[in-house]
Amino acid sequence: MAINKGFLNFSILRKFAMALSGLFLVIFLLQHLTINLTSVFSSDAFNSLSHFMGTNPLVQFLLQPILAFGVFFHLSMGLVLEIKNRNARPIKYAYSKPEENSSWMSRNMIITGVMIMLFLGLHFYDFWFPELKLKFIDGIWNNETRYFIELQHKFHDPIRVALYVLSFVFLSLHLMHGFQSAFQSIGFRNKSYTPFIKKLSSIYAIVVPFGFVCIAIYHFLAQ
Amino acid sequence: MNLTLKIWRQKEAKASGSMETYKVSEISEHMSFLEMMDVLNEQLINEGKEPIAFDHDCREGICGSCSMYINGEPHGPDRGVTTCQLHMRKFKDGDTIHIEPWRAASFPVIKDLVVDRSAFDRIIQSGGYVSVNTSGNSQDANAIPIPKEDADNAFDAATCIGCGACVAACKNSSAMLFVSAKVSQLALLPQGQVERKERVLSMVDQMDTEGFGNCSNTGACEIECPKGISLDNIARMNRELLSAKI
Repeated sequence: MAINKGFLNFSILRKFAMALSGLFLVIFLLQHLTINLTSVFSSDAFNSLSHFMGTNPLVQFLLQPILAFGVFFHLSMGLVLEIKNRNARPIKYAYSKPEENSSWMSRNMIITGVMIMLFLGLHFYDFWFPELKLKFIDGIWNNETRYFIELQHKFHDPIRVALYVLSFVFLSLHLMHGFQSAFQSIGFRNKSYTPFIKKLSSIYAIVVPFGFVCIAIYHFLAQ
Repeated sequence: MNLTLKIWRQKEAKASGSMETYKVSEISEHMSFLEMMDVLNEQLINEGKEPIAFDHDCREGICGSCSMYINGEPHGPDRGVTTCQLHMRKFKDGDTIHIEPWRAASFPVIKDLVVDRSAFDRIIQSGGYVSVNTSGNSQDANAIPIPKEDADNAFDAATCIGCGACVAACKNSSAMLFVSAKVSQLALLPQGQVERKERVLSMVDQMDTEGFGNCSNTGACEIECPKGISLDNIARMNRELLSAKI
């Protein structure tokens, strides 16, 4: 009986979970940008905020594992859905005009998603893995002034800055469709709110990645 | 007008097919696309060749039989029409037209441009109905008051002819627009309330079993649907399923 099937055994509910994890990451990105923005205006404010996020037990041992799971779930479920979708059309059309009925962003979420995944690898290599080593292997938790210096050091390399900028272009393209699509997946669609959500989605998809790009370029030029 | 046609030919389900090229001449711009195909088939029969197999029935946009992927779009370049309602005036003299069958693992090709769409039938059989006692004592449906908006939305959903253009247009071969229209037309009406939860669970379960892909919300299905079925129905089905499951 269909009613006894597990939650994630329904294609629609897999998409529902995908949408929720995506919206969670959207909120996280906003928080990340807010803290990063302080680095442009005050190194002390950036250091104290980063130190709080890096040492607060609630953030470290509750929110960070939830975030890690959210990222892992969103990526792995995205790949699972992509495989299922490809299997649904084993023979492609010889001649097709998908641009007549849908946007490039909506059709290529897997490409932009994989590019973001590769960027996350670089980002973890740059910041998260050294952070884990410092705290959990070297046992250094009290250095409150290192965060701003580490940030500046990473954005010294023009190639790294270019990679960051390119990655945020992919993030923007991903968000352009993903943000508003998540609301459709959870069934939130009506004549009053949907136009607003679509506008908000476009604004968010441009402003947030652009903010990260500006911060990276600012620190590169400031050195 | 004179046209070059590149058409998918496949002898049978298990055969490997290929695109074949044909020339047709003196095609009137007032012909429907299927009439142009009839002209080509007459030409092939006169030449002693196998005519092209394609689905068609009412030829007035109601039955949902005709199913051709024309120049990269289901039902061709026009909007809000089926292949039988597509007219040759949409093309120019000298054009090359590509014609393929719907492509989906759940719609296997039977021959040439004919695909097996019985997956849709099995989805309907799984729950797309209202169980009514037909002993003669049934209440007249028109005697039950229904809000105008619900009646309109249910009617709009019910205009789905099950042609499969949504599946053909979707990059994932998703059947969400079709299934959501069938779920919606009953979920919106009082007669559909009794089996509401079981219906959406069973129909989505059958849709998944048939191997259709997931919905990526590209909106291609809505744009290519000859009956203009709205994405609102997909959002409604998502709500219906979540509500039924929890």
